[in-house]
Amino acid sequence: MSEIKATRRGVLKSGIVLGAGVAMPTVLTRPAAAAYMNEPTGSSVTLGFNVPQTGPYADEGADELRAYKLAVEHLNGGGDGGMMNTFSSKALKGNGILGKKVEYVTGDTQTKSDAARASAKSMIEKDGVVMVTGGSSSGVAIAVQGLCQEAGIIFMAGLTHSNDTTGKDKKANGFRHFFNGYMSGAALAPVLEKMYGSDRRAYHLTADYTWGWTQQESIAKATEGKGWTTVNNVLTPLATTDFSSYVAPVLNSDADVLVLNHYGGNMINSLTSAVQFGLRDKMVNNKNFEIVVPLYSRLMARGAGENVKGIFGSTNWHWSLPDAGSKAFVKSFGEAYGFPPSQAAHTVYCQTLLYADACERAGTFNPCGVAEALEGFKFDGLGNGETEYRAEDHQCFKDVLVVKGKENPTSEFDVLEVVEVTPRAQVEYAVDHPMFAGGDLGTCNPGA
Amino acid sequence: MFTLAKNDKLLLVIVAFFTLLAPIILNPFPTESAMAQFNAGYPDLMQRFVIFGIFAVGFNILFGLTGYLSFGHAAFLGVGSYAAVWMFKLLSYNIVPAMILSVVIAGIFALIMGFICLRRSGIYFSILTLAFAQMSFAIAYSVLSNPSFNLTNGETGLQVYNDDPQYLKGDGPSTTHLFGLEMRETFTLDIGAWAFQFNVGYYICAIFLLVAFYIAIRIFRSPFGLMLKAIKTNQTRLNYTGLNSKPYTLFAFVISGMYAGLAGGLLASMDPLAGAERMQWTASGEVVLMTILGGAGTLVGPILGAGFIKYFENIFSKINDSVLHSWFSLLPDGLENAIVWVLHFFVGKGWHLTLGLLFMLVVIFLPGGLVDGGTRIYNWVRKPRNPEPAEEGAQASTDQ
Amino acid sequence: MDAILLQILNGIDKGSAYALIALGLTLVFGTLGVVNFAHGALFMLGAFCAVTLQKFLTLSKITIDPTRLDFLGKPAKIKTPYVEAWFGEAAGQAIINWSVPLAILFAIPVMFLVGVIMERGLIRHFYKRPHADQILVTFGLAIVLQEIIKAIYGANPIQMSAPDELQGVANMGAALGLKLSYPIWRIVYFCFAVVIIGSVFAFLKFTTFGMVVRAGMADRETVGLLGIDIDRRFTFMFGVAAAVAGVAGVMYTPINPPNYHWGMDFLVISFVVVVVGGMGSLGGAVLAGFMLGVLEAFASTTWATTTIPGINQIVIYLVAIIILLTLPRGLLGRKGVMEE
Repeated sequence: MSEIKATRRGVLKSGIVLGAGVAMPTVLTRPAAAAYMNEPTGSSVTLGFNVPQTGPYADEGADELRAYKLAVEHLNGGGDGGMMNTFSSKALKGNGILGKKVEYVTGDTQTKSDAARASAKSMIEKDGVVMVTGGSSSGVAIAVQGLCQEAGIIFMAGLTHSNDTTGKDKKANGFRHFFNGYMSGAALAPVLEKMYGSDRRAYHLTADYTWGWTQQESIAKATEGKGWTTVNNVLTPLATTDFSSYVAPVLNSDADVLVLNHYGGNMINSLTSAVQFGLRDKMVNNKNFEIVVPLYSRLMARGAGENVKGIFGSTNWHWSLPDAGSKAFVKSFGEAYGFPPSQAAHTVYCQTLLYADACERAGTFNPCGVAEALEGFKFDGLGNGETEYRAEDHQCFKDVLVVKGKENPTSEFDVLEVVEVTPRAQVEYAVDHPMFAGGDLGTCNPGA
Repeated sequence: MFTLAKNDKLLLVIVAFFTLLAPIILNPFPTESAMAQFNAGYPDLMQRFVIFGIFAVGFNILFGLTGYLSFGHAAFLGVGSYAAVWMFKLLSYNIVPAMILSVVIAGIFALIMGFICLRRSGIYFSILTLAFAQMSFAIAYSVLSNPSFNLTNGETGLQVYNDDPQYLKGDGPSTTHLFGLEMRETFTLDIGAWAFQFNVGYYICAIFLLVAFYIAIRIFRSPFGLMLKAIKTNQTRLNYTGLNSKPYTLFAFVISGMYAGLAGGLLASMDPLAGAERMQWTASGEVVLMTILGGAGTLVGPILGAGFIKYFENIFSKINDSVLHSWFSLLPDGLENAIVWVLHFFVGKGWHLTLGLLFMLVVIFLPGGLVDGGTRIYNWVRKPRNPEPAEEGAQASTDQ
Repeated sequence: MDAILLQILNGIDKGSAYALIALGLTLVFGTLGVVNFAHGALFMLGAFCAVTLQKFLTLSKITIDPTRLDFLGKPAKIKTPYVEAWFGEAAGQAIINWSVPLAILFAIPVMFLVGVIMERGLIRHFYKRPHADQILVTFGLAIVLQEIIKAIYGANPIQMSAPDELQGVANMGAALGLKLSYPIWRIVYFCFAVVIIGSVFAFLKFTTFGMVVRAGMADRETVGLLGIDIDRRFTFMFGVAAAVAGVAGVMYTPINPPNYHWGMDFLVISFVVVVVGGMGSLGGAVLAGFMLGVLEAFASTTWATTTIPGINQIVIYLVAIIILLTLPRGLLGRKGVMEE
């Protein structure tokens, strides 16, 4: 879905241009004219928001789109400015990017790599976007990131939590603000040890694609480091809706913890099944049976309702954070839409601002210039405290939140509480860490 | 051309004309104008038009001629794509070996599947192909994507990595190409307010379409095609005359499978990524829709149908509420909102609804598809005074 | 042992859903000779009858409570469902709590009507057309129905819950000395399926109406020649088939949150079930439904999936292909049905 705003002036203008074109048939050929792919020549610049509008992650996609619209409004000087006011870099002036008004087109990834690439391609070829951003699945993020690298435009990843996005599939034109599976494991394991002890037997149910695999690996490694045993790991297809046949075997294993490496609709369904089968009331090895959901989001916590109470997980950001940036964002989002933003909304809002800021600082939309401005960039005031875009793999490093389903929610949005803010140092890893090895950033591609 | 009847020659020339000039014909509105969103002349969509055109033409050789309704053709498309991407991974980005392998593998796959499924006919055949397709999808999606034996890369989709062997690559381009001619290379011609994009990949697809279309014409007009039509009309009687119809049907099945493989290979050549969802039964349903919508059993019908559906999918789905509001902004507010409210169920995210309704209408009122509709209008225009229902019916049935 | 028993229970449960859908599908096929690709959509529509009723029951009056604050620091809005306001809090909550079983009462007439309209308005014009045309037009209808639901309720699954009293697990194995606990609602679903299947069979077997329908299934023309208005009865049976699919959908909602795509999800499986059971055979459909459900569950055991990875996803199709090739008429198919 593209939003193309046809103003009366626009129509008039194109009429004049059309007239001029007919009157004076100048033929121009254009292969060497542009310095880089889709260089904006008019008074506006177009961004491509490629989010899932249907499929298992449609909820997150809808929230991302709301945040994008807000970000565009703020960049163009509308609204209350949101996190632009708290952002440590002051390059953005509220007059668009580099003086050009920001416009956008939207597309539906359907949470399918094929559809996402087709949608991104049409944005690049037809709508002339300089940057594609969004997505709510690592499979899609990796597929679209690859496409953007080939086409020569910047990809600002949305919600993607797989280690591979900035690990073995990292690309010079791609950047990720969101945290990843390794960080979740590193932040979660100490808390889990503290709460549930070091002698636990974990059973993993894992979404069968890149995100599930790497998150499972990360969580298993981290918890094993604390003395836990991984009893079993069962892969479930992303399209699964009925998890009963996967949950039932857990009852008869000697595991006392169930780790659900699921997200979105998948997680709602699998947690529903697990609760239906009475796992939470079970006693195994004289311990209470526990469920862990390593990657949590408020949207899915709400979808799962009562079932999430007391369940631990990690998240990139939560609306109840007390810092000025988070407060400003919650305020402008809440006033626009009537409810607080999700972590997906937060990360894509940040990505849009970060991209715009990098263009301003680089003085160009050229992907290579933008990439250079983003690499090693240190900033603050976007809700996560001090953050750095590491130059070597284009991954943001920042604090990670460990959260828990709230026992006594005061409203329908108040379903998670922050248990611990894990400092950056504890979740950091080397670029050549085995879980991230095998990739090649390559060189930035300006596409021309 | 080569010994084609006059009508067929004309048809081929018309198709060639439209395909080769598509970048201009499909771009009727100036780039900056409000109507530009209806332009379909950008490389990705045009490639899809012709690739799915090939897919549907192939499907029509089976369904249109023999009447065997397969719900599993997407499996061949998927197999073709996987084969092509593996060629990119192992040899080089040159599309020639990829295309050859994808057609061959899809053919072998179709031979096996056809041999088994064609033991039954009618609804049983449809369900068998459906079961096969779903099974292939599940196999590609999860069975063959486990970390120890990763043939398809599951959900993420199979793609080429920098550390893949690519034994023949050498210094060749690192994007799909035909002996150095890169698929994504686009020559943009600015004429006044228009920008026409001539894309290498598109023209390669277009040439494949024309060849595929030519072969389809030859098959339709050959004794073999006649035999297939006989199978559709009355297979029992054919069998009583002492003919074994099965080899013919199987051959048609394999040919249409190879067409699907070709389409899959081309799809991967334009964008080197293959996902399992290409094999899902709904993807098979889509090619059925294309063929019926355009006109099953006609020569150009499937191409029209494919173009129609892909246009809907890519252009109609992008009309959202704010676009609608801008169209009707001259009307009074209340009326504007009412019209937009009604329309927004049918465009944008709701384009599937329009497609479903349209499809039902076609099946109910125009069993011959768009081509049938075109013929009826043509007849009506030519003989407005005394329409002869009998002749009209005959026309429609010869087209089928 | 326990693990296998548990999977068998899972299989029976899934089989119940398959059997209920396939029952209606084969009923339509046996009576009208129509291949209905929109039957899965009827199952989905039934589920959304339950959603609609729940939405309707939880329509709320909004009052502003100045003593509490929402996340922006403004006075909070408090929602009270109208049923609670009208019938008192306790009765209102009980009604909302039991909304899924209540939805059956709502779904039966609605779905029956939908079925009758479908038959009168669309399907009847396709009796004489080839099966391919029937498949195509009902496929189109299925798309339209699911898109309408998507336009109204969105694309996401909607959480529905069973009545509180029927949530949780039952320890069934205690008497046998086994550690076997199973969700209560799933047991309810199985019992429900048995009751529905039993009553459809009893209806066809023991009533005059049913007898005529069965006679019509065997030889429509002769029954028509006897001066019996068989068409009206067949329309009625189509309504029954739609209602069966509908209530099957209603009761399935607490097991699995419904979404607009359910119809297509269950369509392929239910066709496979019908064909494996034998086109036009009611008993065959039920038998095949349970059989394939249990088989799928067996293939999901850890033992099976470690021996052959992914077997749980292909086993149904594999078995269907084998059965179709060895038993041309399916398990209990009658001679002469759908044979060219």
